[in-house]
Amino acid sequence: MEWEAVIGLEIHAQLATRSKIFSGASTAYGAEPNTQACAVDLGLPGVLPVLNAEAVRMAARFGLATHSTVARRSVFARKNYFYPDLPKGYQISQFELPIVHDGYLDIDLPDGGTKRIGITRAHLEEDAGKSLHEDFHGETGIDLNRAGTPLLEIVSEPDLRSAQEAVAYMKKIHALVRYLEICDGNMQEGSFRCDANISVRPKGQEAFGTRSEIKNINSFRFVERAINYEIERQIDILEAGGEIVQETRLYDSDKNETRPMRSKEEANDYRYFPDPDLLPLVLEDAFVEEVRTTLPELPDAKRDRFMSDYGLSRYDASVLTATREMATYFEATVEASGGEGKLSANWVMGELSGLLNKEGLDIVESPVSPEQLGGMLKRIQDGTISGKIAKQVFEAIWAGEGDADTVIEKKGLKQITDPAAIEKIIREVLEANPKQVEQYRAGQEKLLGFFVGQVMKATQGKANPGEVNKLLGKLLQG
Amino acid sequence: MHNKTLAELAAGLRAGEFSSEELTRHLLARIGRLDPRLNSVITLTEERALAQARAADARLATGEVGPLTGIPFLHKDIFCTDGVRTSCGSRMLDNFEAPYDATVTEKLAAAGAVMLGKTNMDEFAMGSSNETSFYGPVKNPWDLERVPGGSSGGSAAAVAARLAPAATGTDTGGSIRQPAALCGITGIKPTYGRVSRWGMIAFASSLDQGGPMTRTAEDAALMLAAMAGFDERDSTSIDRPVDDYAAALGRPLQGLRIGLPKEYFGEGLDAAVGAAIEAAIDEYRKLGAEVQDISLPNTALAVPAYYVVAPAECSSNLSRFDGVRFGHRCENPRDLEDLYVRSRGEGFGAEVKRRIMVGTYALSAGYYDAYYLKAQQVRQLIRKDFIDAFEQVDLILGPTSPTPAFRLGEKADDPVTMYLSDIYTIAVNLAGLPGLSIPAGFVDGLPVGLQLIGSYFDEARLLNAAHQYQQVTDWHGRVPEGFE
Repeated sequence: MEWEAVIGLEIHAQLATRSKIFSGASTAYGAEPNTQACAVDLGLPGVLPVLNAEAVRMAARFGLATHSTVARRSVFARKNYFYPDLPKGYQISQFELPIVHDGYLDIDLPDGGTKRIGITRAHLEEDAGKSLHEDFHGETGIDLNRAGTPLLEIVSEPDLRSAQEAVAYMKKIHALVRYLEICDGNMQEGSFRCDANISVRPKGQEAFGTRSEIKNINSFRFVERAINYEIERQIDILEAGGEIVQETRLYDSDKNETRPMRSKEEANDYRYFPDPDLLPLVLEDAFVEEVRTTLPELPDAKRDRFMSDYGLSRYDASVLTATREMATYFEATVEASGGEGKLSANWVMGELSGLLNKEGLDIVESPVSPEQLGGMLKRIQDGTISGKIAKQVFEAIWAGEGDADTVIEKKGLKQITDPAAIEKIIREVLEANPKQVEQYRAGQEKLLGFFVGQVMKATQGKANPGEVNKLLGKLLQG
Repeated sequence: MHNKTLAELAAGLRAGEFSSEELTRHLLARIGRLDPRLNSVITLTEERALAQARAADARLATGEVGPLTGIPFLHKDIFCTDGVRTSCGSRMLDNFEAPYDATVTEKLAAAGAVMLGKTNMDEFAMGSSNETSFYGPVKNPWDLERVPGGSSGGSAAAVAARLAPAATGTDTGGSIRQPAALCGITGIKPTYGRVSRWGMIAFASSLDQGGPMTRTAEDAALMLAAMAGFDERDSTSIDRPVDDYAAALGRPLQGLRIGLPKEYFGEGLDAAVGAAIEAAIDEYRKLGAEVQDISLPNTALAVPAYYVVAPAECSSNLSRFDGVRFGHRCENPRDLEDLYVRSRGEGFGAEVKRRIMVGTYALSAGYYDAYYLKAQQVRQLIRKDFIDAFEQVDLILGPTSPTPAFRLGEKADDPVTMYLSDIYTIAVNLAGLPGLSIPAGFVDGLPVGLQLIGSYFDEARLLNAAHQYQQVTDWHGRVPEGFE
């Protein structure tokens, strides 16, 4: 039987606010345990939450960027359960009335097409603390630094049909939240993680199969592997005549498998009810419109503009807009190059990305600034250097030997474009190779390359190739 | 000194008749001598009080003082006090020293008031008789075999017994007004949002409101002015200027429209209490008020709605007491489950457990709509009853409690009967309105409380009406025997 996977993702994006969602404590990562937990985060008797306006603004930005409704009235609710790293015994979240709902995002498919993925809702909530099981000799330590960190939980429709699509969607959301500057996207630190709901059904069947939920996956690679593993596991069970149990599972990246979490968690009744300490969140139209005016150019719009402004292919434009930093670097390069879009794209995606990958560097860490790269491209364009020589120049800039003009000057890499000078060298080459001249004139025209090579050799590659070709043709004809 | 009202003491302090330190020492000694009879104080903060009194005396010497400078008061042990045990009347918090001050604590300190100590209360403010306290019941100074009411029973008994001119209370379903009535003092529950809840340990967040308990309406006006005001740390507090309550006290009541809800004078009201209230109504007529009958048709729904909403919120609010970070923790827990079960099992008393269980049930999947949601809808109906009534009248008048103080233990084993003692006060909390109770007579030597209910933020009018009544009556001036 042919099977089809049905996948929905719940992405938790940690909002890049300076302070927590309901307290003034810092959200900075990596502090000593419990040094960034104030009375509110500790859930001391008598404390009360006060909503962070910046978190609201960020959620609204996300909503507007995903064609969603930004709710004019949303409600914070308490999700009640006991856990040692949940100080109040409830998490403040949004349940029935989330701040963002009913939006979508288009993802690119490998076949070049696109697919629209529905966004059911995105709601604000507070993160819990962390339970530390190591170093406590059979006991558990609690670090509440993370407690109260603002999260935006982004819930997709079950529109994804493969691990590949799920990754494409997750990457797209990842890029978007970073474009919007609402999340740093740092997956190692847990700032961006997801739960995947997965089921399979016979292809063509309308009804969904029983799903399992894989919790807390924190890399694109693991999302792909976990989903693929889970799809296969479910198919194997169904084909063997078994039934899928609705359960929460964990992905173990070391063993590349998913396994059930303690089933005790399943019986939880969270007893949601509106948090009486917080009034319903009411947003005025004027606020939402003001937020709209602060939105940056979003990835899809930027991609389309790159295609039309710079004549780039959709693929190139997509690569160059995959992150805000990449797009910024590219556009700065274009500007410094005097408007060389295509050439800038080739160099950013080619030589630069190649070296960055090799060195394991991010684009923001590039030793070559966009101004330096653009400056070099200008010299290609004005004929000062050839594309081939440019690679030498680029490597020298990378190595810190200065900008393009300095390198060209210091290394004497300036292209020879003076026809008279080139003609002189050509004549010397022709004189030194009378036999080949004769053969060429007898009809062996492929020897042209040989002469070009000789001229380039004589000029250490600096002769303008166009000029060389033109003059060679003329002089060889005698 | 202890027989003077807060306003009289303030005048005495300013006139230099006595110092705040003298007054403070006098009251501390009085508490030491008389409170063993009442059990109204859990923690006495002598050193802190004397330091505050000396600081107040220094300020009094400069002349830059407010009405509360140097005035001693007792603080309900539900308000957090930095470095002082804040027990909430529970074993759970017997070892809890708050690391911060509640807003009310801060404001009273800033006003120069001197905190003598923390008063006894029903555990986590859950009770109407002050019998659920871990620290034992409080006795009513008018009859030591009777309850003082609850949950602010310690505050009410202490003020009635002249242990302090004023005390703080909190009122979730009547916890200021009912003990004020049963002890013969004045207590006002302000509009929800008028007094900050920051640092006031939550029982039912949407109903809880702090307020003053004093002997006179004038004193309540002075205390409330210091306690009230917007607080950005409490999202439910309301950003609106505080009225000058004291300035409004002297207004004549000519033409004041007073409504008598027929539902507050029916079955269940003790006949003698009813007669005392009728006499008070006559006084108001004499003061120029126009009295008319009104109806609050959904009154009967208030108690059931309250006993869904309040326990539901409490079940969640009290989840933080888990033995992990503060408060009572059981000895040698075997595992996490054991830690939770025994810490909470040992730390909470029976009434608190009962309400947590009721509330948990009411919020459970499958019951939420039938209980919590329905109760919230009832709440809207009750609110509407009042809003409609305030289109016809300025104030609503009735009894605070259906009976005078009952005997210790009389209702302790019958929670439903106990819950009905708040039948006239609970609707006010559900609607978020201000209400006060003033002494309005005696039945068999026990005080009777008169309740006045005002429209939103109409505290000034309430206090004015109470003050005018106190100008022509002396119920509030009576002293319980043995506490003269």
